[in-house]
Amino acid sequence: MRLKKRIPVIDQGDKLGFWGGKFGGNFVPETLKKPIEDLEFQFNKLKNDKSFIRERDKYFKNWIGTPTRFIKLSNLTKHIGGAQIWSKVVSDANGGAHKIYNATVHCLLAKRSGKKVIIGDTGAGYAGKMLSMAAKKFGLKCKIFMGAKDIERQQPNVRAMKKNGADVIPVYTGSKTLVDAVSECMRYWVANCDTTAMCVGSTVGPAIFVRICGWSTSQISRELKAQLIEQFGSVPKKLKLYNCVGGGSSSFGFWNEFMDYSKKQVEFIGVEAGGPTKSKKHAAPLTYGSKIGILHGAAQYVNQNSEGQIEETESISAGLDYPGISPLHCFLKDTKRARYTAASDEEALKAYQIVTKYENLRPSLEPSHAFSVAIKEAKKLSKDTIVVINSCGDAYKDKKILEKKLGKKYAKSN
Amino acid sequence: MLNPISLAFKKSKKENRPALLTYTVAGDSSKKQSLEILKSISKYADILEVGVPHNTPVADGGQIQTSSYRAIKNGILMTDVFKIVKNYKKSKNSKPIILMGYYNMIYQFGENKYLKECKKSGVNGLIVVDLPWPENRIFSKKCKKNSINFIQLLSPTTSYKRLKGITKDSHDMIYYISMLSTTGGKLKVSPNKILQNYNKIKNISPKKNCVIGFGITEKTISKFKSADGLVVGSQICKEITRSLNNRQNPVINVSKMVNKLKKKLS
Ligand SMILES: Cc1ncc(COP(=O)(O)O)c(C=O)c1O
Repeated sequence: MRLKKRIPVIDQGDKLGFWGGKFGGNFVPETLKKPIEDLEFQFNKLKNDKSFIRERDKYFKNWIGTPTRFIKLSNLTKHIGGAQIWSKVVSDANGGAHKIYNATVHCLLAKRSGKKVIIGDTGAGYAGKMLSMAAKKFGLKCKIFMGAKDIERQQPNVRAMKKNGADVIPVYTGSKTLVDAVSECMRYWVANCDTTAMCVGSTVGPAIFVRICGWSTSQISRELKAQLIEQFGSVPKKLKLYNCVGGGSSSFGFWNEFMDYSKKQVEFIGVEAGGPTKSKKHAAPLTYGSKIGILHGAAQYVNQNSEGQIEETESISAGLDYPGISPLHCFLKDTKRARYTAASDEEALKAYQIVTKYENLRPSLEPSHAFSVAIKEAKKLSKDTIVVINSCGDAYKDKKILEKKLGKKYAKSN
Repeated sequence: MLNPISLAFKKSKKENRPALLTYTVAGDSSKKQSLEILKSISKYADILEVGVPHNTPVADGGQIQTSSYRAIKNGILMTDVFKIVKNYKKSKNSKPIILMGYYNMIYQFGENKYLKECKKSGVNGLIVVDLPWPENRIFSKKCKKNSINFIQLLSPTTSYKRLKGITKDSHDMIYYISMLSTTGGKLKVSPNKILQNYNKIKNISPKKNCVIGFGITEKTISKFKSADGLVVGSQICKEITRSLNNRQNPVINVSKMVNKLKKKLS
């Protein structure tokens, strides 16, 4: 299995949509073949169309707000005493997380194909909130599928979706989390694909959704590259990019522009959710050696039992609470371009406390996983190493959980 | 010699009616009971589809999901599914069996080992919901080599070009999904429109036995008498749920229902 240079990773799949010959594909019911083919055709054409790119960039710039900040965490750097610690504050983006890029592109595509309704899944509620924002902006009706457990624990985002006029449809099957929301959303699309566009909230699902999402979030690394060059004159000789990994959209987007650099120069570190220390359940298929299986239309490493039933996951961060992982990351793992590890619930909480103590930054529980590993590793790294963590979400949505785990005062005062 | 699935169609054609295909989930509501249901509906149905329960089904509606979760909760394993089929096949008057499920279950079991077990237990055909054409080419060839019918699916969204390719690669039986829906949806397209599409398929591929499924119930079944075969699934699964809720015997109730369905076709 080989990663090719000078070809975007999203375009390195084969004819049937498999990366490295085995990750991804289109394991979908016959009914979805046609809408998927239509979307492929449309996207392949538009991604090279200058007027479409201009349109995308216009909305990215004026509506989402680009670039998001790239800042040095000086106090944290001093406290840790190793590598220089920086953050790309993607939570600056309109709506407060990276999910806005994919949502915007899907709405632009839906508009162009004459669809009137767009549906999507959500875990942490960001993907749903952003889709509801973009749908409102572009005059589309919007339905969001969300696990009942996630609705309970991510209320601020649920309120935002409703305020934007979206229907939030609770999903009560299975573990009542993201995995069930994606299934239900796909089922709804099977029944309504003639009138309705679907947005998958991360770099998962049938191959075309993986590609569109990766293409959209790559905005993050385009900005970062320019910011690094502006700051340091060139891409630093020792650069380490830390990102949390749920489905893998923010991490892929954070890394994409640096793919062709050697990993000695630009290392990618993906941090999965290890779950509670005491629990056997986790949401870290790449870290804990899960087997390849099929989930939501794609072959990937996925938590499952020996029969092929998908296993429930457990994580304090709803956004990472998913048993599978993008085929792109399976590919980056097996080609050894990226390194993957996990942080537990407790470690993420601790990292959140450290970051908020030293910096004026409030990463949500998802990026707190990445901060945890970055802080640990930065200690042992030389001062000329540049560590960058993608702070891809804001902790406002996690207020309830933070209050419960760390006490009211802590959640409030920060 | 004709395979058992083709024979079943031949027999129903002789009787001037569509073949009746049922769908029940293996292990619903228990391993023993699902076997009893199969045995008891054998009298009326021509071909039995047996669902292999999966916990992340992307094409099943509520009724079948409920049945599947019940079966999984009761601990059904792949080996149990084969045991149920094997025991069923020992009964007098057994009918052809088609296993229907999702690809991950086959993938984890191992394609070759799966087909070997299918053969050993007496499975006659396979429907794999999320292994569409042309991705299914290699596997469907393997099935053929093992004398197992791989049943291709067609839907209202299938393009003419795909239709030609799919029917060309299909075995003796093909399955037309009547409308854009998960299983268990209400019939939202007129029977005439559905039969029009069905006839399009028959014109391209007159020799293949084509069944219609999705939205077929006691209420709608008699409108489709010109088809080669008709599949009833969700209504039966719903009847099992209803029986359990009312503390009645699902075996008797389902059997009654399938009898009624059959009568509507004669
Ligand atoms: C803030 C935040 N970070 C990360 C994720 C994980 O998703 P992904 O790996 O696709 O970026 C989510 C998902 O909801 C999220 O809300």
